Amino acid sequence: MGFFDYFRANRKKQNSAAVAKERLQIIVAHERGSGRRRSPDYLPALKRELLEVVRKYVQVEQDQIKVHLDRDGDCEVLELNILLPDDEVPARPAT
Amino acid sequence: MAKIIVVTSGKGGVGKTTTSASFATGLALRGFKTVVIDFDVGLRNLDLIMGCERRVVYDFVNVINGEAALNQALIKDKRVETLYVLPASQTRDKDALEQSGVERVLDELRQSFDYIICDSPAGIERGAMMAMYFADEALVTTNPEVSSVRDSDRILGILASKSRRAVQAEEPVKEHLVLTRYAPERVERGDMLSVDDVMEILAIPLLGVIPESSAVLQSSNSGVPVILEETTDAGSAYADLVARFLGEERPHRFLTTEKKGFFKRLFGN
Repeated sequence: MGFFDYFRANRKKQNSAAVAKERLQIIVAHERGSGRRRSPDYLPALKRELLEVVRKYVQVEQDQIKVHLDRDGDCEVLELNILLPDDEVPARPAT
Repeated sequence: MAKIIVVTSGKGGVGKTTTSASFATGLALRGFKTVVIDFDVGLRNLDLIMGCERRVVYDFVNVINGEAALNQALIKDKRVETLYVLPASQTRDKDALEQSGVERVLDELRQSFDYIICDSPAGIERGAMMAMYFADEALVTTNPEVSSVRDSDRILGILASKSRRAVQAEEPVKEHLVLTRYAPERVERGDMLSVDDVMEILAIPLLGVIPESSAVLQSSNSGVPVILEETTDAGSAYADLVARFLGEERPHRFLTTEKKGFFKRLFGN
């Protein structure tokens, strides 16, 4: 085994748990389908973080952001709806 | 009102019977009148793990079929006062577990017990379905390993859609994760899924982590639930698990490797 192979083999081995996790996340999400009634647990956190990002630029209220996950056959649609306040003056006019 | 708790996993060999035996024993040690039922008809093993295999006269199927009274089939544990075992039949198959019969036996047990622990067989066939169907809560036993985690996820789906509580649109079965055969040193090396990884994928609350331990095999060799071996790592992990189940705060132990001191490093264990 060559000098560099040693490092390569070592790295590959170290990542096996990460590989397992990634494979599991994919297969489990696929198999869950509509069988499992709970909505994804990350939705509230996603909503909160998105709001934080949006607030960096535009002042919006907590209830002005809607996150919705829909499943249509094999296709999942994440719908994000942010209502911007009417009187918001853009920081940089588009002109 | 008695609580029915199923110990399930989907995959075989992950520690369902070990967990059932120790969980039931732990509840009984706390003074609760507890019965643990083996649903693995045809392949019974709970009796061996509980160390009462030579005292089996009648079994679960005999009671379902009215060939024996419940009191004749229940085996009273010799170590813990309030603990009973209802063994599975070894000569029948799982079709003997007819739903109305199982319900009748569980209803009768409900009258006098605080906790009814159902030790599920592996798979998602009749025996497993019957063990899960009447459950109020579920201990989902999982190893930090891909096939076990996937099967556990499948089981969670079944609990959420096919259990009595799901079918009758009652409050859903309360799910608890029991992660068994955990090896912190392998997790730290990146060779094994961590507690956090498994929790992230299955997304149910963690009740306990049981470390990979030679004590489990040793205690099964002698027919003693490992929780009775109080000084062992697995035994104390199960004691913590029972305490948490009863609402006590207990920090999770055995999640990290023991830091080896200089001399241990030098001379090994």
